[in-house]
Amino acid sequence: MSELLALDFMQRALLAALLTGLAAPAVGIYLVQRRLALMGDGIGHVAVTGVALGWLTGNSPTGTAVIVAIVGAATIEFVRERGHAGGDVALALLFYGGIAGGVLLMGLAGQNAAKLQQSLFGSLLTMSPADLRYAAVLSVVTLLLALCLGPQLYAVALDAEFASVAGLNVRAYNLLVAVLAAVTVTFAMHTVGLLLVSALMVVPVATAQQVTRSFRMTMVAATGLGASAAVGGLMLSAWLSWEFDLQAPPGPTIVLLALAGFVVMWPVGGWLRLRTRRLAPFPAVPGPPEHVPTGMGHAHQHGPDCGHLAVPHEDHVDYVHDGHRHAPHGEHYDEH
Amino acid sequence: MLTGTETGPVVEIRDGSVSIDGRPILRQIDLSVNAGQFLALLGANGSGKSTLVRACTGLRPLSSGTALLFGTALSNFRDWARIGFVPQRTSAAGGVPASVQEVVGSGRLSRRRLLRPASRSDRTAVREAIAAVGLSGREGDGIATLSGGEQQRVLIARALAGEPELLFLDEPMAGVDLAAQQSLAGVLGELKLKGTTVVLVAHELGALAPLVDRAVIMRDGRVIHDGDLPSDHELHDSLRESHHHLERPHDDHVPHVGSPLELRRSVRGDHE
Repeated sequence: MSELLALDFMQRALLAALLTGLAAPAVGIYLVQRRLALMGDGIGHVAVTGVALGWLTGNSPTGTAVIVAIVGAATIEFVRERGHAGGDVALALLFYGGIAGGVLLMGLAGQNAAKLQQSLFGSLLTMSPADLRYAAVLSVVTLLLALCLGPQLYAVALDAEFASVAGLNVRAYNLLVAVLAAVTVTFAMHTVGLLLVSALMVVPVATAQQVTRSFRMTMVAATGLGASAAVGGLMLSAWLSWEFDLQAPPGPTIVLLALAGFVVMWPVGGWLRLRTRRLAPFPAVPGPPEHVPTGMGHAHQHGPDCGHLAVPHEDHVDYVHDGHRHAPHGEHYDEH
Repeated sequence: MLTGTETGPVVEIRDGSVSIDGRPILRQIDLSVNAGQFLALLGANGSGKSTLVRACTGLRPLSSGTALLFGTALSNFRDWARIGFVPQRTSAAGGVPASVQEVVGSGRLSRRRLLRPASRSDRTAVREAIAAVGLSGREGDGIATLSGGEQQRVLIARALAGEPELLFLDEPMAGVDLAAQQSLAGVLGELKLKGTTVVLVAHELGALAPLVDRAVIMRDGRVIHDGDLPSDHELHDSLRESHHHLERPHDDHVPHVGSPLELRRSVRGDHE
């Protein structure tokens, strides 16, 4: 195993996985907060067109992917804000347009299916030093922005109307989240691939929030879980191919490891919530008053022939009076 | 605290109209609120009272007319730290857990500068806002674990954390029981003593009625009453969907799909 870690490409892959695992949930948490968990997936589909465009025009696929992904993310954000024709329908249109356009352009560029599969499901082990530099710079910038602008991004994601009245430029911050998501998609392309990148943005957040109560703790736990899943998944896949000669692609291994974390954490969260509820004291609620005398001035004396319906009740007789029952109690009547 | 130019009204709408997709929601509203007033904006559902508050806060741009906050046109207004806003919500929870402290803390952003950590005065303001709504000791609780009334109080604390001079509340009493209403009345009463201007949108005033200096009642996007709070009976009357002396609906407003010919005959009959 240590020989494996000494390999150049393996070290590059580990660093890329670590940075992706840290940055993807840090952006994804704002998408989950706004209930846009699938937005990363939509951007990933659109980015396929970007990659294909790069191959077709002879440019760097990563460069064109980042541009097309940002345009796609901004379009999704614009359509969502306008709210025309339903945000989810607009997202679906972009999904299909992106993936169909990508596959078509890739065919026109004369690329084979193996190359397409690399960008769809990741190719950590074929990363060049240039790819790594690019991914490292982008993920560090993304992580810094997501953390330093945290209070603002959090307020906008929590309640856009309130944030607007607090003087925050809601549109700019929403656009920033969309652009950060687009950038994350492209640098995570090598790690888990365009089709699985959304998992790394969403699953660690979903796992963390099973046991956390605050946004800050969710952020810390999600980035930790994301980094562990990315590094752990990569090591697992490398170990499987090293020791047993099994071809476990790193991208899916990382995502499945993250999902396994969720499956483990889910019952733990349920048990913790149940325990909190059981330990919480019941609120002090005054019991119903036992003795409610009728209002003053009840001069009327109920009797067998007073005209009020008499209802036998346990050891006494109630009289139905204006829609409620009067029970004799000493000198006066009680409301029943 | 107030400079010479700010002796005028705190909120002012001049000839303000709002239409959404061509449908008029507010029609030529003139309203000005002076500093320190406690104004209740009343009206039936769809009367435009929430839209009026949204127009005042810039969430819904006016289609004609002008809106001013502290004497500055809304488009040039930048001093948002002076404004507090409690939006109409049933829940304060989002897709990710958040603690009471965090939600209330986001109300302090209007006074915090970008990329600076929260200062001591920020933390004090948040703590005091949480205490003002009676949730001290619950700072670390997840917002989703609170009851509806408690979540509403968190949203009010969030607005208080910014220490606003002008506070808009959109239906803060919706789904809040009597005890919580009374505690809210206590909070707003203290703000009133401090000289905060309050604009409250409400369907029913309940425990807040004694605080109200001025009642503005709206119907169909117009102000139909502006002055003292009417008695319960009058209020109920004026909130009614239709007017009793309008026995016959206006011909120009109501399409008579079923009997267009009869309508034309009756109109012709009037002229002949």
